[in-house]
Amino acid sequence: MLKKTVLNAAHRAMNARMVDFGGWDMPVNYGSQIEEHHAVRNNCGMFDVSHMCPVDLVGPDCRAFLSRLVANDVAKLTTSGKALYAAMLNEAGGVIDDLIIYFLTDTRFRIVVNAGTAEKDLAWMQARISEWQLDVTITPRRDSNNPLAIIAVQGPNARAKVWQVLPQVKAATEGLKAFFAAEVDQYFIASTGYTGEDGYEIMLPAAEADALWNALHAAGVAPCGLGARDTLRLEAGMNLYGQDMDETVSPLDAGLSWTVAMKDERNYVGKSALTAAGQKKQFLGLILLDKGVLRGHQQVITKHGNGEITSGSFSPTLQQSIALARLPLGVQIGDSVDVDIRGKLLKAKVTKPVFARNGKAVI
Amino acid sequence: MSNVLANLKYAASHEWMLLNADGTVTVGITDHAQEALGDLVFIELPEVGAHFDAEKEIAVVESVKAAADVYAPISGTVTEVNQAAADAPESVNQDAYAAWLFKMMPDNVADLDKTLDAAAYQAVADAA
Repeated sequence: MLKKTVLNAAHRAMNARMVDFGGWDMPVNYGSQIEEHHAVRNNCGMFDVSHMCPVDLVGPDCRAFLSRLVANDVAKLTTSGKALYAAMLNEAGGVIDDLIIYFLTDTRFRIVVNAGTAEKDLAWMQARISEWQLDVTITPRRDSNNPLAIIAVQGPNARAKVWQVLPQVKAATEGLKAFFAAEVDQYFIASTGYTGEDGYEIMLPAAEADALWNALHAAGVAPCGLGARDTLRLEAGMNLYGQDMDETVSPLDAGLSWTVAMKDERNYVGKSALTAAGQKKQFLGLILLDKGVLRGHQQVITKHGNGEITSGSFSPTLQQSIALARLPLGVQIGDSVDVDIRGKLLKAKVTKPVFARNGKAVI
Repeated sequence: MSNVLANLKYAASHEWMLLNADGTVTVGITDHAQEALGDLVFIELPEVGAHFDAEKEIAVVESVKAAADVYAPISGTVTEVNQAAADAPESVNQDAYAAWLFKMMPDNVADLDKTLDAAAYQAVADAA
């Protein structure tokens, strides 16, 4: 039995093509994935991401807990509403999950974890709270009796569309810089996203999600499926948990060094393993020069040894196939490499792991 | 709802076939297949002159979402490929029955009788 978000019927009413996404019955597209992709890059699209799990943290030890739980440093969170992207590691330095932490007050944080990892994440967090004997209460807000839905509105016109539909949130959100959140009544509105475009991720009581979804649609916001979400995040060079990293992969080998604080004095879980192992691979982009499509798990042959594609697809913005890959140290941006696609070696160029943002190619 | 044409024959692996007057069989993927794959972005066609046994991988269609093998619906030799479809993969999304992929000369034209008719394929597509 697949799990459903509160917007399931709304997706079906909009003729979504539904797929099993990690046990969730989710829309992959509403017709054309490529048109949805372009809608977000050029105008405005919306995604139901209510399968992801918000978790509320309350208690005097929230900061102490998070400073040991994740590899990024929550000491960077000094302004209320500020968000931080972080990796939660196991003792071996592998990534249990990547998540966003929103700082609200010193006794109240909200984090959002991935859909498929929510249960293990909650169990891990609860076990660490007990082990470290901290005063923190964690409350998942997805399958609870007080559930939230999450609608991501993304694209250059996203803010204007949200204000058109929710004029009461404009004053509190128009000054929001990137990676902040504001709470207005029952709405939690964050300037975060997974597309490389401006926009908001809106958390709200699940019972009100249908009304907001339909109002946004009436305002001209294109419903977009998880298919477009994947090509948008791939172009933006954003990691996908389970593909680009997992419990066996160090964040240093997955392009997440920028989220890993190594020099501060905190002793977070996984730090000693990361320090001992160091970086063994580099996480870079590929553009296929021949015709074809790069896909996860394809082998990359370089003069420094072999690497592996972790995510690949066709880039609607570049009109070429692109990929994120874990490559041997020594490979340089601009190098020409071969990719084994069904036994044929096709030429690809090594790039920075970011291809398009804010409506434009950046390669 | 995907479209199944009454005048064609089908394979359960979602290829359609049309027997031509010259004895060759035109092959493409069904409307159901293109709809399931989503926007196509790449097509790899077989070599003209190559022989394939029935149910062997003969071509590849890739959408933004995934790569899918196309199987030889009957045994035969490739006589022609539709380069226009490979150059514009979206044409298969627009009309899967117009944008054919390749033509084969069957080893035994009677093999076609063993393939699915429209009603039988419709049942396969509905169950997928």
